[in-house]
Amino acid sequence: MNKVRLLVGTRKGAFILASDGTRKHWDISGPHFAGWEMYHLKGSPADPNRLYASQTSSWFGQIIQRSDDGGKTWHQPGTPPGEPTTTPDGMPKGESNKFVYDTSPETGKPLTTHQHYDGTQRPWEFKRVWHLEPSLTDPETVYAGIEDAALFRSTNGGQTWQELSGLREAKGKLWQPGAGGMCLHTILLDPNHPERIFVAVSAAGAFRTDDAGNTWRPINRGLKSQYELPDPDAEVGHCVHRIAMHPSRPDVLFMQKHWNVLRSDDTGESWHEISGNLPTDFGFPIDVHAHEPNTIYVVPIKSDSLHYPPDGKLRVYRSRTGGDEWEALTNGLPQRDCYVNVLRDAMAVDSLDPCGLYFGTTGGQVYASANGGDSWAPIVRDFPAVFSVEVQVLP
Amino acid sequence: MIRVVLPAHLRTLARIDGEVTLEVEGPITQHSVLNALEARYPMLRGTIRDHVTQKRRPFIRFFACEQDLSHELPDAPLPDAVATGAEPLLVVGAMAGG
Repeated sequence: MNKVRLLVGTRKGAFILASDGTRKHWDISGPHFAGWEMYHLKGSPADPNRLYASQTSSWFGQIIQRSDDGGKTWHQPGTPPGEPTTTPDGMPKGESNKFVYDTSPETGKPLTTHQHYDGTQRPWEFKRVWHLEPSLTDPETVYAGIEDAALFRSTNGGQTWQELSGLREAKGKLWQPGAGGMCLHTILLDPNHPERIFVAVSAAGAFRTDDAGNTWRPINRGLKSQYELPDPDAEVGHCVHRIAMHPSRPDVLFMQKHWNVLRSDDTGESWHEISGNLPTDFGFPIDVHAHEPNTIYVVPIKSDSLHYPPDGKLRVYRSRTGGDEWEALTNGLPQRDCYVNVLRDAMAVDSLDPCGLYFGTTGGQVYASANGGDSWAPIVRDFPAVFSVEVQVLP
Repeated sequence: MIRVVLPAHLRTLARIDGEVTLEVEGPITQHSVLNALEARYPMLRGTIRDHVTQKRRPFIRFFACEQDLSHELPDAPLPDAVATGAEPLLVVGAMAGG
């Protein structure tokens, strides 16, 4: 029988939850990196025991952690446990937390600036890694989405990182941070076109490269941000919260924007709204069923100023029609006095049949459904606020 | 020998218990002590001061001999008691407040 492993990042450490294919009983290990904010953990599709984790702190900055044994042991890439921390010639190895933006080769000055809250232009300044996306085929290659928004790539297992700075040339001067900061939080790798990558940036929008990250362009046509931007149809500036795709159909994308749920059938060239009968179309996560490319899930949140579910009822909404027609999934979820949020990286879908769904809340609950969302049960109720949930199915 | 006391999270990262003792050549300054610390424990690079600018991270403080040395110039001499090893340099995570 298959095994299932959940990687949960929280405000105060990481947890690994393991079960068999029934997904009824869970063993919990952690907290790993206790006390640190764990923005995201994710396993390599090419080697499930290779895990990457973003460990961050307002005090001590950014750390990248890696496990080569499914989370039993961790180390900073380049500094394996038990090995010397310097090279034979005495040079430090520790470069794995060094995210340095590209500068002009001629002047050494910042390549670009972005808009700041006060209308001035500011250079990019590294704050933290929001999301780690391992390559679909190479365990040594991993992408990092960071704040201030940029995309970095490592091709040596996280030991060193290089920026794909062409992204910031996609009207980066016009990007400006929203209330949550200017972060690159979504990285989608196209399984059919290895050189195609989609990313999304809070308060900037969605972007696509077709040449492995050298050049990028905004893909925001059809997004409307009527109360957030002076020009609701602007080319950049939209607050995209999350994008999802089904691997069998990577030309079709689903988006949860600040307000509005949208769909693109042409690799992001154009978008149309599919919010339909949702009680509110504000929210953060969006995901696609593992075996039904037209079945999608969102968690509606009342508004951008409230950040909790409507009517105190925690409801996942499912559309089996690729949008527009939505049904509330409530069985096993609290239907009164619930005022938690579900963050953008805190939902995951497993590949078993029936498909499993998982999500974590800012109240510290992790809910699981082993039947495509028809019924839910909490795995844990009292974790720290959950930032991210990822799932792996193991042989 | 220079003595350095690290906060718990950084001791965990460096996989050490207790104080660090360092041989530091030349003038004993924040800069030279942190250089020696990071050479011994490269996993701490970027956690106390910025990788590129080498500036102290905003919520890190340097205390010694009951003084806050955080705003001293990085190349200013540390107190004699630190230089002789009589007192440790404390690397401290600032109070979170709230």
